[in-house]
Amino acid sequence: MTAESPALPASAGAHAEPHGAIGHVQRGISNPILGMILFITSEVMFFSGLFAAYFSTRAANQPWPPAAFKDTLNPLSLIMVATIILITSSFTCQFAVWSIRKGDRKGFIRNISITFVLGIVFLILQVYDYTLLFADGLTLGSGPFGTTYFTLTGFHGAHVFGGVLMLGVILYRGMAGQFSGKHHDAVEAVSLYWHFVDVVWILLFSILYLT
Amino acid sequence: MATHALNPAAVPAYRGGLYEWLTTTDHKKIGIMYVINSFLFFLIGGIFALLVRTELAAPGIQLFTNEHVYNEAFSIHATVMIFLFIIPMLAGLGNFAVPLMIGAPDMAFPRINALSFWMLPLGGILLLLGFLTPGGAAAAGWTSYPPLSEKGALASPGPGQDLWIVALILIGTSSILGGINFLVTIFKMRAPGMTLFRMPIMVWTMLVTSVLVVMATPVITSALVMLFIDRNYGGSFFNPATGGTAVLYQNVFWFYSHPAVYVMVLPAMGIISEVLPVFSRKPLFGYKAFIFATAGIGALGFSVWAHHMFTTGAVFLPFFSLMTFLIAVPTGVKMFNWVFTLFRGQLTFSTPLIFAIGFLTMFLIGGINGAFSASVPIDFALQDTYWVVAHLHYVLFGGSVFGVFAGLYYWFPKMTGRMLDEGLGKIHFVLMFVGFNLTFFPMHMLGIQGMPRRIADYASDAGWNDWNLLATIGGFTIAASILPFLWNVFVTLRNGKIAGDDPWEGNTLEWATSSPPPPYNFDRLPEIRSERPLFDARHGHLGHGGHGRRGDADAVPALAEGQHDSQGPTA
Repeated sequence: MTAESPALPASAGAHAEPHGAIGHVQRGISNPILGMILFITSEVMFFSGLFAAYFSTRAANQPWPPAAFKDTLNPLSLIMVATIILITSSFTCQFAVWSIRKGDRKGFIRNISITFVLGIVFLILQVYDYTLLFADGLTLGSGPFGTTYFTLTGFHGAHVFGGVLMLGVILYRGMAGQFSGKHHDAVEAVSLYWHFVDVVWILLFSILYLT
Repeated sequence: MATHALNPAAVPAYRGGLYEWLTTTDHKKIGIMYVINSFLFFLIGGIFALLVRTELAAPGIQLFTNEHVYNEAFSIHATVMIFLFIIPMLAGLGNFAVPLMIGAPDMAFPRINALSFWMLPLGGILLLLGFLTPGGAAAAGWTSYPPLSEKGALASPGPGQDLWIVALILIGTSSILGGINFLVTIFKMRAPGMTLFRMPIMVWTMLVTSVLVVMATPVITSALVMLFIDRNYGGSFFNPATGGTAVLYQNVFWFYSHPAVYVMVLPAMGIISEVLPVFSRKPLFGYKAFIFATAGIGALGFSVWAHHMFTTGAVFLPFFSLMTFLIAVPTGVKMFNWVFTLFRGQLTFSTPLIFAIGFLTMFLIGGINGAFSASVPIDFALQDTYWVVAHLHYVLFGGSVFGVFAGLYYWFPKMTGRMLDEGLGKIHFVLMFVGFNLTFFPMHMLGIQGMPRRIADYASDAGWNDWNLLATIGGFTIAASILPFLWNVFVTLRNGKIAGDDPWEGNTLEWATSSPPPPYNFDRLPEIRSERPLFDARHGHLGHGGHGRRGDADAVPALAEGQHDSQGPTA
């Protein structure tokens, strides 16, 4: 038993940041980002279940859309504006990530603010669009067409809402100066989530409106 | 003999006992809370099982006022046992063991870990609150197939079914967060030298389990939200009358619930793969083969879900039958691993080993009677009979529960610093083993004789009376076997033998720290050059692969002195 044992003081990692944990050489992806990727994986599987239900229901109900709602879902309407807004917000979100990677805090705050606002605008447009659809008689209870439409877009909207909350948190933290060129795992993680929400919407829009 | 002095000295801030437990983010305390919480639900689920068995002891309706209450009893029994006992119990043991086994100070996300735990009692309480609602708790079985689980006078009109849905979504979310936590912990928090192929088997099984949890659990969440929308917002996913498809629920449900079967058994396999080598003084036979078999089960597990739906007529029978038979191959590989670990080993029949052998034998029967149902023509005859009840209990009770007790007896000294009494442990095992076979073996006969599952009453001239009475006697024997265990825990905590750091001469890192471990787990770690770092440290000059014999262990365990020339990569 020598005093200068090379054994490793793993305990130092207990309260230190993952980056600084002695004895735990941090390589590659950081813990929070890996955690977010796995979380997104689980979200993908959640939406897979809903999409599977959609296709199964659609196959069992022909014609689709039913005659009563033949022209209710028109891609060339308000929803196209909402789609463009959400896709744009994915770009501004990525600009924010690139800014903070370079250590450009002002650029980060500007871009993440725009993303945050675009996300809110999308939600407002979606709620407004829902009221228009309700006026046309399309609701959760109006048969398989309405059930699948509102379930899929509703859960997507809930995820956009969650994403907007996350954007709000990193905007607040960014304004408090908590992010730098080296330390911005939260920004990377939130941007991944926001891109995921965007991709789900592109799929939803293509399937619900264009096919 | 000095550890590195920290400056300033790291003294954990003292917090009062209860407050500390309620607010802890320490994976060991959370793991122990998982275990206690799951055990309480095991007792609750067990009481429901006894009610069911009492009702079935003889023909006629004796115990329950009507069949609906009986339906509630078996539905809640299964839901509690699966979602609030086996899955969280194994997650809890993993929570305690995994960071210790890979030499990490804690889980990757300690606060999310606490969140995962606290969702469980909340979900459990919501589920049981169903009994206070008009119409009672959920009564559509643990599978809750529509139209049985839809709203309707003859189905599930009351809010009990909605509480069931909400409870399961909560518990599922807890599982998903736990799975993510395990994956990040295992991929990112391993000590230097702990390459993937030096990880203990328990860690490997938790890794594959977590992949299954993260990939499959969200799918049942989607099924549950659809059911909730159908029931409460006039949706028409599963109601054929309004254009829905009832079999859709079964597909989405089993896409989760079949992989969930492996979530329920893989960690138990991991436990006995730790126990068998330690108590036979040999390395696990075929370490890598075991890992690939585990990964194989995980992968195949996603392609067999429809074997629960053969008789719906809506699935492609040859494919799902073939894939189901294929699952037997990696499982057979594991059997081989375990048996040849025991073969010519220096066996010490301590309680953990006995329970592990209980797993081995009973899981074998559960595998064989399951293979019967993989064959489509036989399955058409056996579907929804007591044969299926026998099969699932041989796998989940004979397998997982025996594995859980092997793990509890094995790690109890590490958790508490005290040794459970061996004599009481053996009484526990014998009673449980006998009671288990008395309960569930007769169900094979009942199944072949055509007794359907989920019935409260049966004709007295069907020839099922004796087997049912026997099964009920067995059920009460199992209940009795829990008493010596509880007494054992009680007296051990009060006045048990002090365990010391490494009472079993273990192979894995958790035995390199004190019992119970300090909050930060390790003052120092031995060098990790194989999947048995403690064996290497104990028999330093023999190195990995030397034949460990009892006599050698007299030497003081030398924890990796002056051998720092070959620090392995972290991978």
